[in-house]
Amino acid sequence: MSQLLFDAPGPRARRRMVWVNVAATVAVVGIGVWVLARLADKGQLDADLWTPFLEPDTWLDYLLPGLRSTLEAAAISIVTAAIFGLVLGLGRLSRSRTVRSVSGVIVEFFRAVPVLLMMIFFYMGLPRLDVVDAADVPLVAVVLGLTFYNGSVFAELVRSGVHNLPRGQREAALAIGLRRGQSLRSVEVPQALIAMLPAIASQLVVILKDTALGYIITYPDLLNSARLVGTGNGNILQALVVAALMFIVINYGLTRLASLLARRLGTRTAGETRAAPPPLAISTKG
Amino acid sequence: MTDDSFTDDSFTDDSKGEPVHQGYLDDVSTAFADYDVLGAFWVNIQLTVYAGLIALVLGTVLAVMRISPVPSLRWAGTTYVTLLRNTPLTIIIVGCVLGLWGQLGVSLGTGFQQNFFRLAVLGLAVYHAAFVCEALRSGVNTVPTGQAEAARAIGLNFGQVAGLVILPQAFRGAVAPLGNVLIALVKNSTVAAAGSVAEASVLMKEMIENRPDIILTIFVVFALGFVVLVVPIGLATTSLSRRLAVAR
Amino acid sequence: MRRGLLAPALVATAALALAGCSSDDDSGDSDSGSIKIGIKFDQPGLGYKDGDTYTGFDVDVATYVAGKLGYEPDKIQWVQSPSANRENMLSGGQVDMIFATYSITDERKKVVSFAGPYFVAGQDLLVAADDTSITGPDDLDGKNLCSVTGSTSAQRIKDEHSSDTQLLEQPGYAECVTALTAGQVDAVTTDDIILAGLASLPANKGKVKVVGNPFSEENYGVGLPKDSDKCEDINAAIQTMIDDGTWQKLLDKNVGESGYKPNESLNPPKPAACA
Repeated sequence: MSQLLFDAPGPRARRRMVWVNVAATVAVVGIGVWVLARLADKGQLDADLWTPFLEPDTWLDYLLPGLRSTLEAAAISIVTAAIFGLVLGLGRLSRSRTVRSVSGVIVEFFRAVPVLLMMIFFYMGLPRLDVVDAADVPLVAVVLGLTFYNGSVFAELVRSGVHNLPRGQREAALAIGLRRGQSLRSVEVPQALIAMLPAIASQLVVILKDTALGYIITYPDLLNSARLVGTGNGNILQALVVAALMFIVINYGLTRLASLLARRLGTRTAGETRAAPPPLAISTKG
Repeated sequence: MTDDSFTDDSFTDDSKGEPVHQGYLDDVSTAFADYDVLGAFWVNIQLTVYAGLIALVLGTVLAVMRISPVPSLRWAGTTYVTLLRNTPLTIIIVGCVLGLWGQLGVSLGTGFQQNFFRLAVLGLAVYHAAFVCEALRSGVNTVPTGQAEAARAIGLNFGQVAGLVILPQAFRGAVAPLGNVLIALVKNSTVAAAGSVAEASVLMKEMIENRPDIILTIFVVFALGFVVLVVPIGLATTSLSRRLAVAR
Repeated sequence: MRRGLLAPALVATAALALAGCSSDDDSGDSDSGSIKIGIKFDQPGLGYKDGDTYTGFDVDVATYVAGKLGYEPDKIQWVQSPSANRENMLSGGQVDMIFATYSITDERKKVVSFAGPYFVAGQDLLVAADDTSITGPDDLDGKNLCSVTGSTSAQRIKDEHSSDTQLLEQPGYAECVTALTAGQVDAVTTDDIILAGLASLPANKGKVKVVGNPFSEENYGVGLPKDSDKCEDINAAIQTMIDDGTWQKLLDKNVGESGYKPNESLNPPKPAACA
């Protein structure tokens, strides 16, 4: 499957590659050394700026609760977004022209508005209505922002998922006497949903990253908790590095999970389950 | 709720939450006259254009690296995409200002304003380059394998295969996903606020803070501003991707 | 087989959503014996969330006042009240009172009520410990200044004192201090007591100092809903706190480490008459 774009390198090309690799490594190491030297010069590598992250309290009081908040907001949002998306997606597949176009307008609107703007709006608007407890306002604002945006993304996935099913699925359903709505509900949408699962898992990465926007509206997510650690210990840069590493590890794990899901679900639906497309693009491993 | 405390001429009856219709419109227009909403959106547009161009170049380089014959280049490209794609943009932008400029002393312009704007462009560009790379890879996948095989069969080397045969078709196949990256970039330009760039989201927050009584109107105006920016991009890329699609 | 797929999926998602909602509601119901107080969570020395506890001058004053009003410390529910949302939270009834570096101004008085003041702060500058060139807001021409996004304090310096000042806006003051210790900005500006709180942190000690030349008068009051009846009682509590020496003790405990002394001529303040 891989190695379609070039012939296997010959001895001369391989020698050249070695030299290029050596040069590139030297350059990268050089930049790294310069960066570290600069940082050391500014005192950012001092041990006492990093040791707070070795203490259990930093993790128990800040980073783990922050991570919990991030996961909590993401978990609620993925569910509400899936419901919102399913409803709107079905709306876009409706036979009624009005329902179709209203759903379409809603989807396009929420896909176009930055999540950050929605969060700020809900955050500043909700206290005036006094419908949620003050302590929960940031969470609700984060969840609403993420729900509307990601829900509209899901709506598109539902719609395209149904459209991408082989036509035979519907034809067969109609042939055995199901009505169109029945075919949609019992045959097409369930398969589209399974085909969507990997995409939902990839979208979870987006949601997780976007919860970090919640720090602007004081949601105590991972980024905000890391900033609190940095504020208290005077090591905000180090705190940001640690938070970034935690995000990378979690999101990388989720991405892997998404592609695993895609492979395992391939047999459960007539739709396409690929999360990432494999054919020509060379397999990325080594 | 609140009365008209920030403009001198008060048309609203300040004892009542809902002013008369005419008064409300005047009220809103005076509120918006005090702020440069278009100027704020112009900053977002500039951020998008500059960051978009750099991201396109960088993303193309990354995509070529990831399909290249050199294992170390492939590894570097993959690592870049994995790291950047999984880091929240906010951290990248704050990192550019506090790390790159704050600690390493890298300055991209004269004066704070220019410097922070360019740092924000850099942050947006390196982040979205990872997504451009992924979009291009999906474009590469639309190119049938026979194309690459034929190109190699007539003796083209990797640079020629990629540059003359694969990439031109890949770009045409990747118009839709590239359009999605551009739309994401427009919206993500609001995150530049974390890098000391005064753009639309900062202005919206400031306006709501000063005029909480017309919060809904303010939000709708800013939201529609983004709809106006984003929807044409979506329409254009959809029609472009149809026009440019390579007939197979 | 196929038919069975959609329904369980829907039930599962709905159940999860409900679970999410109900967990929100639980924390929302508070028994009548408690009081909700808005503070800052991210200002060391004033209002700071330290694990499960809250520390700082605002927190201690609030605890004292709440005690005088008949609320034991365990009846206090701390709520984060960032500057942009204080009026919204009071008018929406989301908090009962706010102790969050909340300056009494005429604009705000139209929307909310104030008790106090319990402290008089002033806008000041935080500079590197070895910097002797900056003694006040008029020395900032050609210098670089840091403040938080959307704050008016930096704009005031540009408008009224040093127009040739370059401004870095960051999400929080901790970021500003990082830029200051790295030498990229020359000063950080906001109220003196907030700067003193930052300078009192072990990590910043010896690296930065408060200039000590406040150039504005910020009367920190207790934010209350517009028609609150608590104002008189709170003022009495503040007066007692000042008279019995608790006020000074709390101040020294929270921001004394930096060597900061509040503006002697204005502190301790006399609570103003309730409107």
